[in-house]
Amino acid sequence: MTTPMTKILGQAPVRTTARRRTVARFRLAWAIERVLLILLVAAFFFPFVVMLTTAFKPSSDIFHSPPELWPRHWTLDNFASALSTIPFWQYLGNTVLVSGLSVIGALVSAPLVAYALSKIRWRGRNGLLVVVLATMMLPPQVTMIPVYLLWNKIGFSNSFVPLVVPTFLGTPFLIYLIRQFLVAVPDELLEAARVDGASELRVYWSIVLPIARPALVTSAVFQFVWAWTDFMNPLIYLGDSSKYTLSLGLYSFFSQHGVEWGPLMAACVLFTLPAFAVFIIAQRYFISGVAAGALK
Amino acid sequence: MTSENAAARLRARRSRRSRNTKSIWKGLAFASPFLLGFVVLIAYPMLASAFYSFTDFNLFQAPKWVGLANYRHMFGDSTFWHALWNTLYLSVIGVPLTIIIGLLGAHILNFRIRGQAIYRALVYVPVIVPVVVGSYLWRWMLNSQYGYVDRLLQLVGLPQPSWLTEPQWGKPAILLIALWTIGSTIIIYLAAIRDVPQDLYEAAQMDGAGPWRRFFSITWPQLTPVTLFQIIVVMISYLQIFTQPYLLTQTTAVGNGSAASGGAGDSMLSLSMYLFQNAFTFLKMGYASAMAWVLFVLTMLITLILLWSSRRWVHYDNPDD
Repeated sequence: MTTPMTKILGQAPVRTTARRRTVARFRLAWAIERVLLILLVAAFFFPFVVMLTTAFKPSSDIFHSPPELWPRHWTLDNFASALSTIPFWQYLGNTVLVSGLSVIGALVSAPLVAYALSKIRWRGRNGLLVVVLATMMLPPQVTMIPVYLLWNKIGFSNSFVPLVVPTFLGTPFLIYLIRQFLVAVPDELLEAARVDGASELRVYWSIVLPIARPALVTSAVFQFVWAWTDFMNPLIYLGDSSKYTLSLGLYSFFSQHGVEWGPLMAACVLFTLPAFAVFIIAQRYFISGVAAGALK
Repeated sequence: MTSENAAARLRARRSRRSRNTKSIWKGLAFASPFLLGFVVLIAYPMLASAFYSFTDFNLFQAPKWVGLANYRHMFGDSTFWHALWNTLYLSVIGVPLTIIIGLLGAHILNFRIRGQAIYRALVYVPVIVPVVVGSYLWRWMLNSQYGYVDRLLQLVGLPQPSWLTEPQWGKPAILLIALWTIGSTIIIYLAAIRDVPQDLYEAAQMDGAGPWRRFFSITWPQLTPVTLFQIIVVMISYLQIFTQPYLLTQTTAVGNGSAASGGAGDSMLSLSMYLFQNAFTFLKMGYASAMAWVLFVLTMLITLILLWSSRRWVHYDNPDD
């Protein structure tokens, strides 16, 4: 405020050009960042817009060349047709059953093994951890055939048993995820209970499980999405169409006469919604789970 | 004094040993679900499939020992070589693209823009969509007459291939779908970028380093360990690729159900698909097992090469990380 006029006048032009250049560069960066973000998000999200709008289009709008994104007429016919062309509710029920039991399986087994790998000091612990990690790398194709023959021999092929039972035997990724969480829990907490004479099972049940809740939720949502979206295992094991999960059932919209795209997209929307809802509710668990598995 | 000491030491050792034995049992008990699963679903099947790979086995008769015949047959099987070529093609192009787009995407999702949490979620969503839904959706998007991909290419003046019927466009179509679901790679990179110590950037900026210089001298070296991890994970998933090509080429089978055809001229037939066909369509369990072992050894070899090469390009400066 008290700066002499001459000083301002003398410095002003130089300063403004410099500042203008910085401002221009800043604005350019501002714009580029937003354009890139829009392109990125559009590339990943546009297919969902197509799925949704196609589901609400009559076939005259669907088979229109060139394609127009927005329906000229909105209709619910595709949804009605999706529910009646295939036994939708039955397939949905099968999918819910398999996914629900898989989540229970994961929650029963993975934390137990993770506890053995983090909070009990025993010889062989580190060796077992290496085995768990190595198992993650094993291509399922190597074990696929003998495992199929095994289930077949004891009469469980063409049932949900081969899809569900393995989750009760501990999924390596989830074991590792929970183990990483438990390693960070201070031992003193458990030692205090052990000194008080609590059994290992009691320590596990009333101290460890409640503490591990975030890791358990993350495991549950991962297992749910895996089971919900699985294709290969149902393809191998479910031969009888009354046992189909939605992943297998959707193929019924394809036929020698072509594909019923409208009803198929409507069924796709209905099939995706539950997974989408779980993702929205448990979003932060997904993001933290993905990052934790890789970085720690 | 000494004897007293020795006795105390002995007692301590004995009690430690008994505690050790006890804790071994505790450890085994808690780990028992995995141990059982490992024996029944991993160890035994691995041995069994190694054995089957030396047999002729069609599910109805007992496996018959044929020595190396399956492997010799594979060597002369042109469809096998074709499937192997397709798989390697997808891996060699898919892995670098995944890493590059993953890195770019992570940087873009790290810009200081309001609402980034929502954008991150939107980019991740394709990962949780049923792979069947994603594949059928892209089958529709890639339709040469009514699809949006060709429409978009037309609008920007590029040629519009018929993706799913021309042999040379089948593999790019698979890559397109696979790249659509790289949300995990992006999220992992995003977390890693945010872990890079900020003072490194401040120091570089003071030295007048521009954004490129900052990326190549600071960000990239710090990201090399996580990049090694991502390359291995993504490579393994490409070597096993099955579902996307299967669903893109699924045709209505005679009778009830569906079968994978491999697309025009088998251009989309992956190793896992050919293996699956042999096992569950032709019931050649022995031949399929041999193929599984080739896939396994190939995976191990490539992983080992990557780990070995990492000494030259992976940068470890925080031993406590």
